[in-house]
Amino acid sequence: MDFDSTALRFSPLGDRALLLELGRAVEPAAIDRVRALADFLREQQFPGILDLVPALRTIGVHYDPQFWLDETGRYSPYELLVGEIRKRLPELDSLSAHDGRLVEVPVCYDEAFGEDLLPFAREKSLSPEQLVEIHCAPIYTVYMLGFAPGFVYLGGLDERLVAPRRDTPRANVAAGSVAIANHYCGIYPAELPGGWHILGRTPLCLFDLSRDPPSRFSAGDRIKFVPVSAVQFGEIENASS
Amino acid sequence: MSIEVLRAGILTTVQDLGRHGMQQFGVPVGGAMDAYSLQVANLLLGNDATAAGVEVTLAGAHFSFDTDTLIAICGGDLAPTVGDKRLPMRRPIWIAGGSTLVFRLGVTGARAYIAFAGGLDVPEVLGSRSTYVRAAIGGVDGRALRSGDRLECLFTQEKRFESLKNAATFSRDGFSAPLWSVHTNARQFSRKPQSVRFVAGRHWESLTPAARQAFVSGQFRVGAASDRMGYRLEGVRLDGGDRCSVDSEAVTFGTIQLPPDGKPIVLMADRQTIGGYPRLGEVASVDLSLLAQLQPGDALSFSKISLAKAQQLLHLQNRALAQIRDSIGRRLAQ
Repeated sequence: MDFDSTALRFSPLGDRALLLELGRAVEPAAIDRVRALADFLREQQFPGILDLVPALRTIGVHYDPQFWLDETGRYSPYELLVGEIRKRLPELDSLSAHDGRLVEVPVCYDEAFGEDLLPFAREKSLSPEQLVEIHCAPIYTVYMLGFAPGFVYLGGLDERLVAPRRDTPRANVAAGSVAIANHYCGIYPAELPGGWHILGRTPLCLFDLSRDPPSRFSAGDRIKFVPVSAVQFGEIENASS
Repeated sequence: MSIEVLRAGILTTVQDLGRHGMQQFGVPVGGAMDAYSLQVANLLLGNDATAAGVEVTLAGAHFSFDTDTLIAICGGDLAPTVGDKRLPMRRPIWIAGGSTLVFRLGVTGARAYIAFAGGLDVPEVLGSRSTYVRAAIGGVDGRALRSGDRLECLFTQEKRFESLKNAATFSRDGFSAPLWSVHTNARQFSRKPQSVRFVAGRHWESLTPAARQAFVSGQFRVGAASDRMGYRLEGVRLDGGDRCSVDSEAVTFGTIQLPPDGKPIVLMADRQTIGGYPRLGEVASVDLSLLAQLQPGDALSFSKISLAKAQQLLHLQNRALAQIRDSIGRRLAQ
């Protein structure tokens, strides 16, 4: 993996968190680097770490500074923790991320489920069939989760589908909606407000409090969308409920 | 024994110190807005600081107690009363069975915390009892409390402050409390406008000197659209919110974001896990309590301190909490 250790930067995120930043540009390889580093930090079990939040090229490290007190009073908890991470960090090249799972996600692109499919296709001078084909072709990677519990930001969207958000966000977007905005594809885990272009809907439940972990996907997982009919959508929905 | 919610008021929720370890799945930390006050209330009863209590917002919450119950109230003074008598704040209080506790109106601050001996018994969801209403997680069925809800406590250790309990039973007021209370930062809630300390964030240096100067010298007001998720600040518009483009990355309690409209937003307890706006910095943890006690319309200004200073202040606050825990422990042992 192409790591450049000089590109690793730390910065404080207030007095109880810090940000670890890798490189400058967002590229497909960056997500693997971030994930490898997050795996390393998790395995090392540094005392007092409360949350690790991987994003595109950063990892948020939330910590309890009471675990990083310097008896001599010379160093702040932030300095001690950063020093310890740097000390334990091996050659970045030697780190590798665990393999994300490849998961097929059924999506119904019928107009009833994908409200924006037809206008979006028109805007892009594509037929609805072409739009679905282009959207289903790539294997997407879960770049990060955020916005809402279980909401996945997927990277790998075809350049032809890149478009800014809708001018007016909707107050309610149905759970399971598969939508795109900017360079991302996302899946709504619950009914939420949202300004993304809705192309279809999956019958899969993305976030379930009775599961451990509650989220169906983690950063690094790969997703392949498979078109299904409205009838199949209903069957899958019934089978999983 | 149980506590019945007679009226829920504006927004009354079960909260503890939040849900950690789940942010990687997009689950917010949540928890008490003024976590410091909830901790003090818990420590006053000999509870763990992490026990679940009730967060009462502004006014209108009524509770009835069917048996003698040991509680403590900290945070904003929302005029808690039993009968016609004001309850003291920052003390253990035995409420006699059959009494009704009413929060009439905000005198100072915005949020009061009620701790119950043993802590509230609601299911732990993803490691916390905090209510996150937006995704219906935790608390009572994932929602704010409403009239008719009954709350139970986890452990009722009847031995705690037994002498006070006897006094409550025979008191005409329906409650009894010791003459002592603990020293906290509560007095500061009434001081206006508030000065809030912050640590500069990673985009601070990319802002224009004029914007940086305007932020530390200007006076802001908490906007009307402020809630447990974030405070919108009005009064001074800062330029530069559209200057640096930022990839979404982790945010925290107290992150001060600068959206393109130039009005800063301070992220609070129910903030999302990541955010894509440039950030000015983060409010010092020791001042989050002050911020949580501001109401829409209240004035505030910001002053910059170093990270080392912020962490030192937080350390001192943690030491003060440990001292409260120890001194209550000694009283309970007597």
